[in-house]
Amino acid sequence: MANLRDLSNAACIVGVDESDEMGTLPHKSQLSLHVEAVTNAVRDAGLKMSDVDGIFTAGQHSPATIGEALGVTPRYVDGTTVGGCSFIIMVGHAVAALHHGLCEVAVISHGESGRSQVGVSPRRDTAIPGQYEAPYGFGPAPTLFGLITTRHMHQYGTTLEQWAQVAVSTRKWAALNPKALRREPLTVADVLKARPVVWPFTVLNICLVTDAGGAVVLTRADRAKDCAKKPVYVRGMGEGTEHVSLTQMKDLTFSEATRISGDKAFRMAGVGPADFQHIMLYDAFTSGPPIMLESLGIAKRGEGVRFFEEGRSTPGGALPINTNGGGLSYTHTGMYGIFPLIEATRQLRGECGPRQVPSLRTSLVNGMGGMLSAAGTVVLSNER
Amino acid sequence: MDIDRPLPNPITPEAKPYWDGLREGKLMLPKCKACGHVFWYPRVACPKCQARDIGWVQSAGRGRLHSFEIGYQAFNKAFKVPTPYVMALVELAEGPRMMSNLVNVEPDPATIRCDMPVEVVFSKLTDEITLPLFQPVR
Repeated sequence: MANLRDLSNAACIVGVDESDEMGTLPHKSQLSLHVEAVTNAVRDAGLKMSDVDGIFTAGQHSPATIGEALGVTPRYVDGTTVGGCSFIIMVGHAVAALHHGLCEVAVISHGESGRSQVGVSPRRDTAIPGQYEAPYGFGPAPTLFGLITTRHMHQYGTTLEQWAQVAVSTRKWAALNPKALRREPLTVADVLKARPVVWPFTVLNICLVTDAGGAVVLTRADRAKDCAKKPVYVRGMGEGTEHVSLTQMKDLTFSEATRISGDKAFRMAGVGPADFQHIMLYDAFTSGPPIMLESLGIAKRGEGVRFFEEGRSTPGGALPINTNGGGLSYTHTGMYGIFPLIEATRQLRGECGPRQVPSLRTSLVNGMGGMLSAAGTVVLSNER
Repeated sequence: MDIDRPLPNPITPEAKPYWDGLREGKLMLPKCKACGHVFWYPRVACPKCQARDIGWVQSAGRGRLHSFEIGYQAFNKAFKVPTPYVMALVELAEGPRMMSNLVNVEPDPATIRCDMPVEVVFSKLTDEITLPLFQPVR
């Protein structure tokens, strides 16, 4: 593990931004969303596109396609695609590549026309879901994450009201973020009486479906000092995968991938589960963040929802969670993982205006891929 | 009868004994001949010991409802089962879990309970394809 500690603080996030617009964008292709986000993030870093020599992306386009579209000839590429957390995992991959001199400036790019489906490849069923899941009605994420959620309710007595508190807390943050799509007030009753989609979820337990891009720029710590903004150090990073099909998940109420990724990141950073003042979690569903807190060891098994129902996660609370308004209220393209990285960086720079977490030093970003199948965790700090 | 749901696609070669068994009203499961592990889904190597010697056993067709959901809409144009319907994750007595539907039950979360005993019922879709569905044990 000695080598892992060498990577702690070796590189920094120096640029972040979204695409020019987010929401419903039938006039923009998926590839254009990538290009907008990368050009914006490189500008945020105070760098030129000609400085970029490492391209990292997940999803339908390969890093070669992104490089070509940008007019960049990379000497390092990574297309790891294990779900929406891939971008969080790529922070770790980029740190390792930068540390070893495989590239000098790394860009992690996301663009997805999740709502309008402009310039998107048709989805292909693979052998497992097409053969063993689709005939019974299973398909999109809500038809799968519901199984995790029902089992958690059975095992721990978690209630629909408690899950709804996650949506309510996240909406309070969205109200403070001008870029969030849904900012009107929300109550537990609103969530419970919204249109039922697949029990235990009403539509307000499920994330938005939007078109957007996002990008993150990293460089080595010694070079980060010359960039435009205050560097955000990557203190720790971890990744893991457990399963893809839910039939293979050992315990539906606990994400082994999340535990593995968190343990690695915490150990590298030299922090414990109680050392964070700000947490960004991948909220495709209201039940996700509580289960992630439990899997990371931040909450006891079955008690993750208490962070939300007791107001610890909300504006003014002791442990702000999903301060951008999350996938539930800010934006969710399909592979959401780039966006919590952007928010954590802005918080650590102190750029967040009315939603700024005061005196913030250390932030945790954790995300899932698939149905808690894969996970990426990074520990970020604005000081070494 | 009209086919009310997407047919399994693709049928993979390693799963042929499973689909052949269903046609005869048998729920067949892959079993490792080296370590005895009964697993789901069909693979050419055992996911526990990685041995390449895989046989098949007939399931007793009984298990428990590990988890469930109630669908209030179809998520696939080819899925025409009337709403609401129950999507199920069943844990078979032999150990593995598989996805299916719970049928012959009121689609109401007040009635359906995780861990309730369930048994297989075979639903013939075409001459080639029969699906294993589950119902509460009466």
